Amino acid sequence: TKEEKQRLRKEKKHKKGKKEDKGPTEKGTDKEKKAVSSSALQQSPSSTVDKPSKSKAELKAERRARQDAERASKQGKKEPGSQASSSKSKAPASELQPVVKRLPEHIQVDDPAMVKKLAKKLERQLLQSLFIFLQIPLRSDYGFKVSLFSHLHQYSRKAPLTQQISIPATVIHPSIVRLGLQYSQGIVAGSNARSVALLHAFKQVIQDYSTPPNEELSRDLVNKLKPYISFLNQCRPLSASMGNAIKYIKKEISNIPSQCKEEEAKKKLLSCIDNYVNEKITLAAKAISECAIKKICDGDVILVYGCSSLVNHILCDAFEKQRKFRVIVVDSRPRLEGREALRRLVKRGIRCTYVLISALSYILPEVSKVFLGAHALLANGYVMSRVGTSQIALVAKAYNVPVLVCCETYKFCERVQTDSFVSNELDDPDDLIVTRRGKTQLEAWLSIQSLRLLNLVYDVTPPDFVDLVITELGMIPCTSVPVVLRVKSVDQ
Amino acid sequence: MNKMLVEYFRRQMSQDPDMASAVAAIRSLLEFLKRDQSETLQGLRENLTHAIERLEETDSSVAVSSGGELFLRFISLTSLEHSDLSQCKNVMVERGELFLKKISLSRGKVAKLCHTFIKDGAKILTHSSSRVVLKVLENAAADKKRFTVYVTESQPDSAGQQMADKLRRLNIPVIVVLDAAVGYIMEKVDLVIVGAEGVVESGGIFNKIGTYQMAVCSKAHNKPFYVVAESFKFVRLYPLNQEDVPHRFKYKADTLKTAEDLNHEHPMIDYTPPSLITLLFTDLGVLTPSAVSDELIKLYL
Repeated sequence: TKEEKQRLRKEKKHKKGKKEDKGPTEKGTDKEKKAVSSSALQQSPSSTVDKPSKSKAELKAERRARQDAERASKQGKKEPGSQASSSKSKAPASELQPVVKRLPEHIQVDDPAMVKKLAKKLERQLLQSLFIFLQIPLRSDYGFKVSLFSHLHQYSRKAPLTQQISIPATVIHPSIVRLGLQYSQGIVAGSNARSVALLHAFKQVIQDYSTPPNEELSRDLVNKLKPYISFLNQCRPLSASMGNAIKYIKKEISNIPSQCKEEEAKKKLLSCIDNYVNEKITLAAKAISECAIKKICDGDVILVYGCSSLVNHILCDAFEKQRKFRVIVVDSRPRLEGREALRRLVKRGIRCTYVLISALSYILPEVSKVFLGAHALLANGYVMSRVGTSQIALVAKAYNVPVLVCCETYKFCERVQTDSFVSNELDDPDDLIVTRRGKTQLEAWLSIQSLRLLNLVYDVTPPDFVDLVITELGMIPCTSVPVVLRVKSVDQ
Repeated sequence: MNKMLVEYFRRQMSQDPDMASAVAAIRSLLEFLKRDQSETLQGLRENLTHAIERLEETDSSVAVSSGGELFLRFISLTSLEHSDLSQCKNVMVERGELFLKKISLSRGKVAKLCHTFIKDGAKILTHSSSRVVLKVLENAAADKKRFTVYVTESQPDSAGQQMADKLRRLNIPVIVVLDAAVGYIMEKVDLVIVGAEGVVESGGIFNKIGTYQMAVCSKAHNKPFYVVAESFKFVRLYPLNQEDVPHRFKYKADTLKTAEDLNHEHPMIDYTPPSLITLLFTDLGVLTPSAVSDELIKLYL
């Protein structure tokens, strides 16, 4: 509609004004502006996942955004990242397409009054999300994506984040910026580490927060956190554990009574976060390792994959309790996280063997148990973990070796997934390029049109391959995850 | 004190051979509770724990252990409400009697649920001697159904012969087969029903040695494998494989005390994993193996 177009134009001008104030020197600003408005609409489909309906107004806005993006790509052709932008402009279009086609059945399309009401409501929602997302610049995708995973983002780690996007310092707290940088460069990696770092950064944010006049802390602070979360999502997609932690914090904040003084409220929130970290992560690890030690007998040969902080903790505890066992560490490219696990275990004095995942069927006949960590446990009993885990579980099942997954309950999530395509993470494809004896075969992969590099981060293991899940509530079969979720929600 | 307890337990077992060993254990524990002289709650709990250990030494079956644990849990839940020890004890004894009455009826409930799964003209395979399976077959026969039963001999104690005798007294046609003939007979039977000494958290069961073999064969022939067990047999263990079953359940109590090398002893119990079990019939209802964990979480958490 006309009003929509005017509003969009105004917002773009406002954004342009802000950028000029800061005296932009970054190369992508022009592209940025147009990218921002198109990105906002690209982002909104992801935020409107729970409101899948579209109306004529929204369709028109999206069409306009697409035109803007294409105009921007034509302008920005002189920049080196033009390939990325054209692929990106194609990506928003393709992303918008599937969302556009969905319409709920209960909309009475023949009733014009209903359609108008819905259009107004969607406009308001769209503009609300636009406002939030206009504040956060969009990170551009890098390189060609495999078509099966074209709905996911693929970012490059070559240039640090601050050179790729301009981060408005007034909107985002510096500790969150630091956290985002650490995530994007892979300095903070691992499910538990990321959640703990996130909670520490939020503690800093809450400490520095001051309620603006005429605002309530419970509502304003939650709104302040939204752009941080979307920024962190840009740096690296949020994990299930981080999602649960954020839900918990938001609930705690909104439960703060309005009469509570600011200092008291802040203290309460900080102690809440400390309790969460202590209960759900530190104490849970202790409980899990107590349970898991019962399953480690003398003479065991234990296979572990990659570097899971929880599994390492369990093995070190068992070793301290004088259990005689040896460990086989399985590792895989490109992350080679197993080396870190190997380092930690050898330092304690545990006898270890190191193999790459291609030698799995060779060493499995020697193995008596497999211990795996998890990134998240889904509601249908599937285990989401580092890519390669499902392969290990599959081969272990074929050799009749019991597979034990160790996971704290705060990583249980309500999502249901049966394959690894629907929701995953694409890492930097340049990681797959290897230089041997001075020769790099894949150096020019971007120039080859038909070549795609795929660097997946997670995969999903079905519950038939997992024998036992050890949580701080005890040992449960994989199929009992929804029971635990139910019990937890009753507790809360 | 403990000697009297063991005597009472043995007397209970011999007086009523039809009673489950867990029920006898709980009855003895209740008697122990009534006669206990301790002044504090902690003392009472400690005495009860010792008593359960003593009973486990006499009869090392899984059922005694699980029954004892359930009783203890039941008692501890009561202790939170009353401050006065004697009042507390009275309430405990009352609740204990109630609990005992409830579980004495559980076998009947299980039999009522299961006998409808036996169709007219069915051929049933069962293993060793189980009083619950006997009750189920009794109910089915009373329902005017015609069926044949194949029972394995079940060495080393030939318990299968006793089961065959009991079935013959009920006028049910029964054939005794060798333990080694399970694979041979599997194509003829329609379904397999076994009892259980214990039901574990994963949904698997502990039962007389030879049950695992039967389960594997029935899976290979695609025959349904049903387990009938009362809810007091649920135990908080999670074995991963046969190796992982605790020694105190695998061997008889006296074998554990006298044997030098357990590797040379014959185990009395094996573990059947939940993937081989079709359904479990309990007094809590008809459960799939994955629902057992659900029920256990409700019972224990």
